[in-house]
Formats: sequence, C-alpha cells, structure tokens
Amino acid sequence: MSDTTPTAAETPQRWLRRQGRWSPVEIVFWLATLLPFFFFPTYLPLASQVAIAALFAISVDLVLGYAGIVTLGHAMFFGLGAYAAGLLSVYGWGEPITGLLFAGVFAGLVGFVASFLIVRVQHLALLMVTLGLGLLTYELANALTWLTGGTDGLRGIRMWQVFNYFRFDLWGYTAYGYSLAVLFLGFLISRTIVNSSFGLALRGIRENVKRMPAIGSDYKWHLQKIYAISAALAGVAGGLLVQTTSTATMEVLSFQRSADVVVMLILGGTGRLYGAIVGAIIFLLVRDQLAGVNPQYWYFGIGLLLMVVVLFMPKGILGALVRLTSKRG
Amino acid sequence: MGSIGIVLFDGFAFGMLLFVLSVGLSVTMGLMNFINLAHGAFGMLGGYLAVVAMRQLGLPFLAALPFAFVGSALVAVAFERTLFRRLYRAGELNQVLFTIGLVFVASAVATYVFGTVQQVIIMPSWLRGSVEIFGMRLGAYRIFLVVMALAITALLVFGLERTRFGAQIRAAVDNQQVAQGLGLNVDRIFAVTFAVGSGLAGLGGALAIEVVGLDPSFGFHYLVYVLIVVSVGGLGSITGSFVGAALLGIFDVAGKYFVPEIGSFLIYLILVGVLLVRPMGLFGKR
Repeated sequence: MSDTTPTAAETPQRWLRRQGRWSPVEIVFWLATLLPFFFFPTYLPLASQVAIAALFAISVDLVLGYAGIVTLGHAMFFGLGAYAAGLLSVYGWGEPITGLLFAGVFAGLVGFVASFLIVRVQHLALLMVTLGLGLLTYELANALTWLTGGTDGLRGIRMWQVFNYFRFDLWGYTAYGYSLAVLFLGFLISRTIVNSSFGLALRGIRENVKRMPAIGSDYKWHLQKIYAISAALAGVAGGLLVQTTSTATMEVLSFQRSADVVVMLILGGTGRLYGAIVGAIIFLLVRDQLAGVNPQYWYFGIGLLLMVVVLFMPKGILGALVRLTSKRG
Repeated sequence: MGSIGIVLFDGFAFGMLLFVLSVGLSVTMGLMNFINLAHGAFGMLGGYLAVVAMRQLGLPFLAALPFAFVGSALVAVAFERTLFRRLYRAGELNQVLFTIGLVFVASAVATYVFGTVQQVIIMPSWLRGSVEIFGMRLGAYRIFLVVMALAITALLVFGLERTRFGAQIRAAVDNQQVAQGLGLNVDRIFAVTFAVGSGLAGLGGALAIEVVGLDPSFGFHYLVYVLIVVSVGGLGSITGSFVGAALLGIFDVAGKYFVPEIGSFLIYLILVGVLLVRPMGLFGKR
C-alpha cells in the first residue's frame, strides 16, 4: 500500500492527522444516509437492516481488513450481543441504550477471552478455530433452550422508548434513526482507531507478522485488543438488531451470518471502513431485489459476483471504483 | 454391551464415509496450500452424477460409483486448469471466498436442475438389511462402506509410498521449490492429484446418498465435516485423514446417541481443543 508510507519530510504524527481529516465525499455520504427518511419511507426497515449489517461488517473489517485475522465465526459475537440485549429486555430492563452497552460489553469480554485462543494459531488452523468457536456457540445456544428459547427464538422482548421519547414505531422511523446513530458512532470509534498509531501497528501485523516483534511491537497484545474491540462492536450490532425488530432467533448465531458478513466486506473492499458500509448496502439491496424473485437466483448471483470480484477486483468494488476515478483524474 | 458396539461401528462407518469425502482435500491442500472450500461441492456433483447414472442411464449401483468418480475428476480438473490455478498465490482469504462463491453457484445450479428434494436411489438387495457379526446386527451398507474405505486407503497408501508418482507427490508436498528445481513437473503433479482427490470426493458423495441423503445444501453441510477432518488430521497426511475421520465419525454418532444434550457441540469442542494444542493437526508436519 503506497499511501501508508510517510515521506521523509513529515512526522508520522502529522501523517496520521492528515489521514484522519474528513473529506467532502465523506460528509456527502453521511448526509445521504438521511435520504431514506424523506424519499423512501417504505424502505426504512430495510435501511435499518443495512445500517446494522454495516456496523457488523465494520467490526469484521477491523480484524480481517486491518489486522489480517481471517474469521469465519464472527456471528458468534453478533449473536451473543443479540441474546444479551434480548434477555436483558425479557428479564425486565427494556432501556435501549444501556441494553446496547450491556450487549457490547458482554460480547467484548467473551471476545477478549477468545482472543487468547485466536492469537495462538494461523492460516488454516485460525480459520478452523474461528469457525469451530462460531459453531460451538450456535450449538450451545441451541442446547440451552430454557435460556435462549432454542429454535423457537426468544419470547417477550419489549423495548422502552429511546431517550424516553422515541417509541419504536411500526414504520421504522425510530429504528432507522437509532441504528444510523449507533452506526455513525461505531464508525467514528473505528475511524479513530484505524487512524491512530495502534491502527498503523495493526496494518503492520497484517503486512508482515514476523517483522513486528523485530521493531519492538507487542503484536499479540495488539491483536487481542482489536479482537475484543471488534467483538464488542459486533455485539452492539447484534443488540441493535434485536432491539429494532424485537425478535431474537438462532439465525443471529448462524454460520450463514458469519459467511454473509465476510462476503459483504469482500464486495465492498477490505481494509477500508467505507468498503464495509458499501458492501452491506450492495449485498442487502441486491438480496432484497433478487430473493423476492427466487432465492436460488440470489445464491447464483452472489456466488458469481464473489468469483468475479476475487478474480478481477482484488480490492473490492469500492477499491476498483477508487482506482478507476484516480486513473481518470 | 451390544448397543455400544453397534453405535461405535456406525460411527466408524460414518467416519469412513467422511474419510473418502475429505482425503483428497487433505492431499491437495498439503500440496498447494490452496484452501478449496468447493471440495464438498465436488462431492455433491458425484452424488448427482450417480443419481443420473442410475435413473437415466439405468446403470447398477456399483457401476454408478466409478461413473461418479471419473465425472467429478474431469470437471474438477477442468476448473483447476482454468480458474483455481490463478489463485494459488492470491492469499487464503481470496481462495476461501472464490471457492465459497463456487459452492453457492453449484447449490443454485443443483436446485435448478434437480429441485430441493432429497434424492433417493434404490440399493441392490445385497446392500440392504443387516448382517449378524459377533452377536451384533450391523447394517450391510455400513459394512460395505468400511470395506470400500479400507480398500481406498490401501490403494492410496500403496500409490503414495510405493510408486514413482507417489514419490513425486511426497517430494512436492515436502518442498515444492526444491522438487521443481529437481525437474519435477509440479504443475502436472498437482493437476493429477487434484483430479484424483476431487474424484474421491465425488465417490464419497455417491456413497453418502444412502447414509445422509443428497440435496443442494450437501456442499455446504459437509464442507464443515470435511474441513474438520482435514485440519484435525493434518494437511497432506493420509493417516491423519483416516484417524481424524474415524474420530469425528465415532464422536459425532456416539456423542449424539449417548449424550444428546452436548453431543452436537462435542465435535466442535474437540476441534478447537486439538487445534490449540496442535495447530498443524494430529499428523501435520508443517
């Protein structure tokens, strides 16, 4: 990556600060996320699904795109957050924001514990440990029927109003506004992390694990930190889904969800936070259109798209667009 | 006492099925470090080929098996020569996603052609029913599975340990660059190994119809089992795949039978445990 090498004339601090500056395109992008309120009110439930998926994809991008940990089991944290938020409400505390915090902290703690296992393995073993932990959590939730409701899902989730004012309405105005606000907050946190010296250290680990200890970087501890942070963000995304839809089913923990989020990330482009968001938008919009016609078309289309993206667009759709525009400009 | 024996035998037979399905992936992954998640899809292809051979062409079951083997091997080698080889240097994430994309497409195509129903094939009479051995009533088909798997293991071990081509494969697995430097055509070795490995997956898919059924989700569902066998056994090791598959089959079947509450996550617990102690698998070298 040529844009990550600071030239000799400037200090790393100055370079980081410049990377962290907001560009006009970004501001326009975030203003555009408000459009569904005014122009597509019938699509608000879908829009809040997109916002939740985008937050989840950002959490995966932190570990996969920046730190280079290939994970096939991140739905584990999404699902843990979802059940944490759901159970809190079932047992009588329906306040959304503290519920989200609870979901995030719970998933983050589990993520921190899991990170001790994650940093011990690489390559295929890493892939299999993340996959195994994900499947393990799924089967565990399936076995603990008295707690999770098993395949029937969790019953009796009732959310209170956000800030004691915004009721979760049937049309999804509150759901989308709430999800969007949390997404933006999660994005800001991730953006700060990515543009910090810690974020740079993560990219160093991704590019060359062996050199990092040689320059005195405690790479295992860095990986554990980002894994726990990412797990917490994924948990918040899961909590959001449960709070905005008032349902929690086993699907939140499924391998399908782990795979989908990686697919979103690849479509959008890894190692750039907007890639996660763009990937989630494309994935869910196309699925919404195609799955309505025939779910098999959707699988065929997404499979083909994946193969094409891997072969011809190694940096994802967003990466290909950036390259195209920079060539012209 | 008898029921324990039967459950263990059923588990072992299931393990042998998993062995046939996954041993090819172990060898090809050890050879090229190419993470091929579409291996299960080649198994599914073999299954559907066997169904077509028996229904449309009217072949008997035993003749449908080689048909499934050859058909899957030919399709796989065509994919390898045209698409997969571009990804050998592309990094594991790209390999994972490309081959998962292929599984999606394969599943959609299978649904389009065959529908989502479970496929059924009629077994010859000598493979139905059960046989009494040592006072235990064992399914005839399961005995057939075990015999098939043992024969395949013997053939593979002989081929790998005693033939010239086997020596070339072992050399390429140990050190690809040196093997190439010594004048071995690693490219060709890999193509042949890939064909045989995927053919075995196809054979496994055909054998699996009677035990676990066949529908368009086969490639996905058995992918997880196949990956567990390969990673627990260790890459590039036939012994490892054999032991890994036998253990997985026995723990899966016996776990679900004796301790149904925890049976379904027992195998994942073992998977994670083994990989933490031995990240390269039980018999892995590198």
